[in-house]
Amino acid sequence: MANEISIGPAAPGCKKHDPILVADNVMRQFGGLTAVNVEHVEIPRGQITALIGPNGAGKTTFFNLLTGFDKPNTGSWTFEGKNLAGVPSYKVARLGMIRTFQLTKALSLLTVIENMRLGAQKQPGENFLRSLIRPLWAKHEAAITVKADDLLKRFKLDAKREDYAAALSGGQRKLLEMARALMSEPKLVMLDEPMAGVNPALTQSLLDHIKDLKKNGTTVLFVEHDMHMVRHISDWVIVMAEGKVVAEGPPAQVMKDPAVIDAYLGAHADTDLGTVAINVPGKAGN
Amino acid sequence: MNHLTLGNRRGISLWLGALAIVFGMLFSATPSLAASPSPSPSANNEQLLIKGTIKNEGTPVEGVSVQITGNGVNAKATSGADGKWVLEVATKGVYKVEILLDTLPEGVGLRDPETTVRDANLTATNTAAVLFPLGKDTRVVQPIGDQIMVRVFSGLNLGLLLAVAAIGISLIFGTTGLNNFAHGDMLTFGALFTYLFYVVFDWPLLVAATATIALSALFGWSQDAALWRPLRKRRLGLNQMMIVSIGFSIVVRYILLLFFGGETKVISGDFEAVVIGPINTTVNSLGSMAISVVTLAAVALFLTRTRIGKATRAVSDNASLAASTGIDVERIIRIVWVVAGGLTGLAGILYGLQFQANWMTGFQILLLLFAAVTLGGLGTALGATVGALIIGMVVEVSSLIIPTDLKYAASLIILILVLLVRPQGVLGKKQRIG
Amino acid sequence: MDWLNIGSLALGELFSPFTATFILCALGLSVHFGYTGLLNFGQAAFAAVGAYGMAISVLTFGLPLGVGILMGLLASAIFAVILGIPTLRLRADYLAIVTIAASEVFRYFMTTIGFAKVTGGSNGLSQFGDDFWAANPFPEGTYGFGPFIYRADELWIRVVAFALIALGAVFVWLLMRSPWGRVLKGIREDEDAVRSLGKNVFAYKLQALIIGGALAALGGMVFVINLSNVQPQSWGTTFTFMIWTVLLLGGAATILGPIVGGMVFFVLLSVTQGIMSGLVDIGALPFLTLPQVGQIRFLLIGLALMLLVIFRPQGIFGNKKELQFNG
Repeated sequence: MANEISIGPAAPGCKKHDPILVADNVMRQFGGLTAVNVEHVEIPRGQITALIGPNGAGKTTFFNLLTGFDKPNTGSWTFEGKNLAGVPSYKVARLGMIRTFQLTKALSLLTVIENMRLGAQKQPGENFLRSLIRPLWAKHEAAITVKADDLLKRFKLDAKREDYAAALSGGQRKLLEMARALMSEPKLVMLDEPMAGVNPALTQSLLDHIKDLKKNGTTVLFVEHDMHMVRHISDWVIVMAEGKVVAEGPPAQVMKDPAVIDAYLGAHADTDLGTVAINVPGKAGN
Repeated sequence: MNHLTLGNRRGISLWLGALAIVFGMLFSATPSLAASPSPSPSANNEQLLIKGTIKNEGTPVEGVSVQITGNGVNAKATSGADGKWVLEVATKGVYKVEILLDTLPEGVGLRDPETTVRDANLTATNTAAVLFPLGKDTRVVQPIGDQIMVRVFSGLNLGLLLAVAAIGISLIFGTTGLNNFAHGDMLTFGALFTYLFYVVFDWPLLVAATATIALSALFGWSQDAALWRPLRKRRLGLNQMMIVSIGFSIVVRYILLLFFGGETKVISGDFEAVVIGPINTTVNSLGSMAISVVTLAAVALFLTRTRIGKATRAVSDNASLAASTGIDVERIIRIVWVVAGGLTGLAGILYGLQFQANWMTGFQILLLLFAAVTLGGLGTALGATVGALIIGMVVEVSSLIIPTDLKYAASLIILILVLLVRPQGVLGKKQRIG
Repeated sequence: MDWLNIGSLALGELFSPFTATFILCALGLSVHFGYTGLLNFGQAAFAAVGAYGMAISVLTFGLPLGVGILMGLLASAIFAVILGIPTLRLRADYLAIVTIAASEVFRYFMTTIGFAKVTGGSNGLSQFGDDFWAANPFPEGTYGFGPFIYRADELWIRVVAFALIALGAVFVWLLMRSPWGRVLKGIREDEDAVRSLGKNVFAYKLQALIIGGALAALGGMVFVINLSNVQPQSWGTTFTFMIWTVLLLGGAATILGPIVGGMVFFVLLSVTQGIMSGLVDIGALPFLTLPQVGQIRFLLIGLALMLLVIFRPQGIFGNKKELQFNG
């Protein structure tokens, strides 16, 4: 079972040739419930990695932990060799690791173009004193506007440029959030269920955008609970269940893994995976 | 037992100026106050009077002096044989009236020893009356151990009372997410209606209290039915609702003011004094504590043992999950409002029977209530009780160390400090994010 | 009923220093709430801190008034930091409760006899604004026309107060059209999203709290210089809620909102007061007395606050799309 990405055979926690993100012993408990308990995982650089698993498997919590939006009980993780444990979320973003959210966080009462501009980093005009004097930031503003318009065109949102983000459809908001994340030219984009709530017509274009990201050298890590959606675009799949990494490998191989099928079918054989609120570990296995 | 010094409604309204402490400053009916850098003579030639009557348990006291300052005035007035004193001033505005304690006769003290300075508000009226009710001199020096015991006792008393009111806030917050700023005024409602039934109508205490609780519960129910339920249906945001509750609290407070007048009501009549060791207390305080404990126990049983109580906790935990298991969330919320109204009315009764109450009472207590529920962890009834006991203790015990006029400040500072260390409150659970 | 008098009294409110105070405070609150989404229920305390900071600097430390004003602004900034550090990481409703609590705490501290040597206790302080009146460039006499006739000192405080408003409004406008203001608006919409884009949300909120607080501090200074005294009981919660009403009346996320909101608010108050007093005078409202008319004004303020939030949260000028409440 050799592959190009991992050193040795694919197995939960296996080493990668060129990891961009490495996490060790990350555990998060809510009350008595262990939401995440990842011993070791590595995210390969320059690839599209899918993080899948049934609802309640701890994917989003893991995302929150990695990006500083939540604090683990224990654990450490590094991004490009830099230790990220305890680093606040905004600093994580500044290092080039930008995330999106499961429930889209388009800033409703800002226009689409303002949303985009907000995504750019190191803006001189975002400093309080400099903001008062327009010439100090006008040039940079013009530059990021050009970039924003470019991205909007790519994501086919240019017609909505001046609309409030509140006026966009759910799928368009997902696109906007992704485009906004790209404003800062991140090294790693972490997308939390980019396909959820998006109508089928837009899904394909979203998938294409994700593939484009890889072409431009950006690493992508995305959460999805629909295994079939994942197959087409990901190079690597990590499966979580009950807070743990239970399998990983190239998509075709993972899909056949009995542990994966068990994780899905055992937990929610006949439910729509999108609707179950939270999965208590004790109940799922036994 | 009637400590009322004022009779008719019209007379009452004259007294308002003195008591509308904060508010009087704010609105200047006369543009002269707002406009001129220094106070200018009032536009009309009417006499501007500050006056009052010094009485000890109903008998006038002669020879007591008050110092009146403000707006360039610094003058003294002394009570005559009828206990009355009066001072004419030239300009409208707010004046300070300080009672000079050394002019009081031997063995006589202020009934509220902490308030030696009161405001006389002459912004909207031509006469302002200032009262310093007198009573037995309570300033006795005690050994420190006794003082601590006295304070702990008072703290327990206040804490239990606050807990009864705080549970209402907590239940409402838990089930609806609303921080209800009108809650304090619900307590005022209870205290003032007790005054009406018990003192003015002279009903037996039990009847008056039952009527007040029923009315308070009805107030809770109607508030929900007429205001909060429609707003929930409109899907008004919680922060918006909070501001609506502020507006509503102002409306309720001023309606109570219009209806009851502004002077402080003395409802605690001639209850027997009880001495337990160093603690001087009264039957009504002990009764209040007993009733609080029984009520809190009853609420705890209700929440843990009855179907409706369990459903209430389920709604607090997760309303949509509760709804999906067949609980009628709206019905639960309705019940919560009725219960919260009744409990808060009861707290008002207990407060009124031990302390004095006026139209502002509840609003002053509101912050202590918020401090209590926040300290304990928003939305848990047990937390609210624990928080209220802590706040009650802090308020009373702190005054051993810090000046009594800062005792409320102490409890609010504790609140801020606790939030710094433990944002979820003493008993609250950490929320999960994302 | 004397309509002429009612009308001219009401118009007199347009440019009163009192109105100016509330406009400045509301402008500050628009930075807090309208643009950043911070539920600050202690705006009165920011005004009070500014006023006391100035007065104490002049009276206790003998500083010139100009320095006193700077000290007042500094004090309000320190107050913002003290208040902000524990609360700005918390949920919005905690901020609301803590700010209102802190505002009352400050008032208790200004009232207590313990600090009366410095604060004047419940009597407050006076005689700190002499430099201001001495600097009046207008010669003695009366100025203006119609309802707007002012003595020289009355004109002076109005000119200064409204110049401050103009400067404050331009200042807020400059900030809000900039990328800095964009971050604030983003925080108002969803602070996690802004955090995920690499902005230090806490620092921005703290800056917003300081700036809005400084505007309120200026408002507080106008208030006390005009009255020639500063007293603790002025800065109760009603002061804060009046600021909220002014802000929500005009529109929370607009520059002109606080200004027009303040003017409309005080003119309306004066008119209702005038009409009701007139009705009481001629015996048309037999169940009311004159002081009760003053109370009804506050009842109406409460009602206005409720109705505005329920039916027109964007205010007179606000764009419905631009301001909604979060949460």
